[in-house]
Amino acid sequence: MPRYATHVLEPLERAGPQAARLRLVIQLEGVTKHYPRSNRPSVEDINVYIDKGEFVFFIGPTGAGKSTIIKLLLREEVPDKGKIRVAEKDVAKLRRWKVPAYRRTIGCVFQDFRLLPNRTAAENVAFALEVIGKPRSVARRVVPEVLELVGLGGKEHRYPHELSGGEQQRVAVARAFVNRPLMLLADEPTGNLDPDTSIEIMRLLDRISRTGTTIVMVTHDSNIVNQMRRRVIEIENGQIVRDQARGVYG
Amino acid sequence: MRAKYVMSEVFLGLWRNISMTVAMIITMAVSLTMLGAALLLYNQVDVIEEYYQTNLEVVIYLDRDVSEEMTTQIDSELKSHPLVEQVQFESQDQAWERFQETFEESPDLVASVDAEVLPPAFRIKMKDIDDAEELIGEFADREGVYQATNQKEILQQVFDILGGAQRLTLIIALVQGVAALMLVANTIQVAAYSRRREVAIMKLVGAPNWFVQAPFVMEAVFAGVIGALFAFGTLVAAKIFVIDGQFQNLFSLMPPVEWNSVLLLLPILAAIAAVISAVTAWITLRFNIRV
Repeated sequence: MPRYATHVLEPLERAGPQAARLRLVIQLEGVTKHYPRSNRPSVEDINVYIDKGEFVFFIGPTGAGKSTIIKLLLREEVPDKGKIRVAEKDVAKLRRWKVPAYRRTIGCVFQDFRLLPNRTAAENVAFALEVIGKPRSVARRVVPEVLELVGLGGKEHRYPHELSGGEQQRVAVARAFVNRPLMLLADEPTGNLDPDTSIEIMRLLDRISRTGTTIVMVTHDSNIVNQMRRRVIEIENGQIVRDQARGVYG
Repeated sequence: MRAKYVMSEVFLGLWRNISMTVAMIITMAVSLTMLGAALLLYNQVDVIEEYYQTNLEVVIYLDRDVSEEMTTQIDSELKSHPLVEQVQFESQDQAWERFQETFEESPDLVASVDAEVLPPAFRIKMKDIDDAEELIGEFADREGVYQATNQKEILQQVFDILGGAQRLTLIIALVQGVAALMLVANTIQVAAYSRRREVAIMKLVGAPNWFVQAPFVMEAVFAGVIGALFAFGTLVAAKIFVIDGQFQNLFSLMPPVEWNSVLLLLPILAAIAAVISAVTAWITLRFNIRV
């Protein structure tokens, strides 16, 4: 297996230890995850370091283990081996009751939007605030702001079925971003969108990344990866085969 | 605000699945009614035992043609007996009066009985009713004694019937209870399925576990408490219409079922229903909604 490791510079070597600790957001060390009833590991011995504000693509064929990494970062799964640290927290060792507080530091966007059909755009975004106990006054102030940010000003009161796919995904991004998370995980966010709409969503994610939010995006979309010219980590058979600072799809 | 959200989700959940909710409440009510009846019976056995413990007597019936001499002798022997507290002689005339009094409402029966048939008797209050057999053993075969009886033995049959009824109600309560809890588990699963989108998003954005589970647990608790209210209503109705109504005569032979013990059932049944439903719901959720 050829390795084009042009970027695998450990953050510690790039800056002083203090600065590195402040900048480092995601740290995967020797992470291995087997699923039961499968003889091949879903990911094996993954080592990744991601800084604050970085925009990282995970690419690779279906079943390579990209989504497993998202699940591990969300702590929907726990690794069999290795260490996952997010903002100095050992994610694998989190107690069950501490998982919700951890997830509040993460925003998440999916291919299928996952909006509540019986709530308007504004209500969908507000829902994410309500259920974590934010007072309604906060929602009243923040929700219009974030909807404006994602370019849905004036469409707050539309229901998901009254919005286009791209607009629905904007609502999902707004919901993911409304808590100002440390990182935003995007699992094939453009998978259901046409190329032009996909580009718009990517512009939006780029804007969010510039606020200092770390973005981890899993994708098949070679066009987007090639246009964005961001860090690309390619996974095949559960292993990293490439980690490139300003990569293309390959 | 969040409380309002939880409550609206609870009622929405119960309403969305109304047939299951009704079935759950009915089985819960039947189970709790039986449980309540069993508790009442249990309490009643205690009350009866206590009531009669002080009133139970050993009755020694004499031959109808017993001599006065013999009567006096037995009387003095009984009075000086260490196990005996108090002795009261009842002549044939007195027995007849008592018989008439007891069966005042059945003149036919009174008319059919001859005053001569009733034997004279000693009614003996024991220091301890549990020593009755000893006394009976001493006097049963005496000359002039027709029969010696221990009222406790007669009462024992009443206890046996009450005990049997209690076991039956407990079995029904248990079987219905299992059915009710299965319905609770099923309702929770259906509710979790119909709210799977909300639940998935809540978990994703980091809503606390208790908050995700609260609407489901509250649904079960709500249904349980409503079931308990119905059960309580049924028991109150039973007290009014059956115990104090139709079977008043039967129950007048024993101490009454007190309102206090019936009313006490409301908090007991409600608490039992709420706790068991909540635990069932919570266990169901552990298998359905994993973090």
